[in-house]
Amino acid sequence: MTRRPPALAMAVAAIAVALFAVPLAGLLWRAPWSTAWDVLSTHDALVALRLSLESALLATAVAVVLGTPLAWVQARVAYPGRSVVRAITLLPMVLPPVVGGIALLLALGRRGLVGQYLDHAGVRLPFHLPGAVAAEAFVAMPFFVLTLEAALRSVDPRIEDAARTLGAGRWRVFTRVTLPLVRPSIIAGALLCWARALGEFGATITFAGNLPGHTQTLPLFVYVRLEGADPDAAVVLSLVLLAVSLVVLVALRDRWLRAL
Amino acid sequence: MAAGAVTLTADVHVEVGRFRLDAAIAADPGHVVGVVGPNGAGKSTLLRVLAGLLPLERGRVALDGVVLDDPDAAVFVPPERRPAGVVFQDYLLFPHLSALDNIAFGVRRRGVPRREARRRAHEWLDRMGLSAEARSRPAELSGGQAQRVALARALATDPALLLLDEPLAALDARSRAEVRRDLRRHLDAFAGVRLLVTHDPLDALTLADQLVVIEEGRIVQSGVPAAVAAQPRSAYVAELVGTNLFEGVAAAGDVRVASDAHIAVGDTAATGDVFVVIPPAAIALYRARPDGSPRNTWPATIIGVERLGDRARVRVAGPLTLVADVTPAAAAELPAEVWVAIKATEIQVYPA
Repeated sequence: MTRRPPALAMAVAAIAVALFAVPLAGLLWRAPWSTAWDVLSTHDALVALRLSLESALLATAVAVVLGTPLAWVQARVAYPGRSVVRAITLLPMVLPPVVGGIALLLALGRRGLVGQYLDHAGVRLPFHLPGAVAAEAFVAMPFFVLTLEAALRSVDPRIEDAARTLGAGRWRVFTRVTLPLVRPSIIAGALLCWARALGEFGATITFAGNLPGHTQTLPLFVYVRLEGADPDAAVVLSLVLLAVSLVVLVALRDRWLRAL
Repeated sequence: MAAGAVTLTADVHVEVGRFRLDAAIAADPGHVVGVVGPNGAGKSTLLRVLAGLLPLERGRVALDGVVLDDPDAAVFVPPERRPAGVVFQDYLLFPHLSALDNIAFGVRRRGVPRREARRRAHEWLDRMGLSAEARSRPAELSGGQAQRVALARALATDPALLLLDEPLAALDARSRAEVRRDLRRHLDAFAGVRLLVTHDPLDALTLADQLVVIEEGRIVQSGVPAAVAAQPRSAYVAELVGTNLFEGVAAAGDVRVASDAHIAVGDTAATGDVFVVIPPAAIALYRARPDGSPRNTWPATIIGVERLGDRARVRVAGPLTLVADVTPAAAAELPAEVWVAIKATEIQVYPA
């Protein structure tokens, strides 16, 4: 027997869906379709787009290189203070990005805690691409670490034991057994991280600045155009970011849409 | 096979959480050593120690004179450098590799080039009758097939020591008999030291020709299966071999057991602390008090009946809780309240 769904719950749920759908519809409705291509192919837009793709890719690379050992340690090594480390490394997921940007500035800026030494060494992050990459990695890396750590926890450690008795040292076990078993999660985590990095706004503008050609990524460019002379460009480029998000979501559908 | 020459010696002292294992064992290539015991007795812990997956706290493990673990001498050979092949409980095949690559994995790790490793893996698949499954992933194999791949994977590295952890526990009853027979064949063909962990009495008695019984982290008994079965030294072993065991004090043909019951035994010379074994076949059950009865006669209550092959095993409560074997027809006619009679001459007594 199937019961009739309660009308009130359905109505409220419909309002919730509208909350998501209406803004998207607004974006599509307002989009200057006829001039879209011209907007996209302007020099400034292309520079911002390229900068975004590059910095998000680099931030993802940083997240994978640093985040993989971190996720492994968190999943496999029981050490005192592990939950504190987990809290610190996941904090950027809930921290307002602008706060993250200020924190980065105070740590890695020219007069920052660490930044003053970097400055002596000739490394300057603010107003340079590495600054944008650092801001994006700060905000997006937890998505990768969280995804991979969960996957590593689901790998039976006895499978790794079996590999060791077959003559594989720790490194071989990791590369030949553990990594292949969590590969789908590495891909999913990296995609999620990349998508988050691509959309990063608050930490980037606060820490790395808004310098066209250096740290002005696409979201920053969109914001500037919307406030300034060219709201059409803002809408078109928003659509580009929306399309990228949709592609990522579709790519992750097996993990996120079906499983839940 | 160099029978007689002891090649594996292990004096094991480890603590895992609140569990302690203190056991010394020795094994040579002449025998299949069966390590038996109830769940949680420390069987798998012993196996992990031998494989190098769990370092010793105290003691020593040596194989063919080579020390593998000796904390006092700061020697510890990690699992990947031990000449041991392990067949794990539920096999632990690599789910992302084909049956062929599972077997080739260990061969490759021992420095054999890829082509040669795959050729040897193919040979093993042939030997296991699994040529058709070379490309199958573990998830596509039946339980029996997975067991054979796991065995081939362990043997393909040409180990000096073969360790099997409950190799048949994951199988259903139907494939079990067949796999057990094949396993016996492969164990016989293997020239190194063989150690098998199981909680299943049938597996232990059919696959092993030397038993080590572990309970609560200690060895309680060891020897050839027939000797262990004839003179069990713990309730677990008695249960394992399906007999009645009591511990008591003997004097002049009488044994007083813990529940203050008395058993008359034929062996009048036995004195002091003894074990008493009453074979289930030595117990007769009657509807009424038997005439001219033996000395061990008392009323009892039937608390359970199970079919065991061509016999019925009847569990009775009374001064002593006993299992008795009768014919299924006799069991069907017995009332709930019966008389138990045991012939004193069929009771075995030996020092505790």
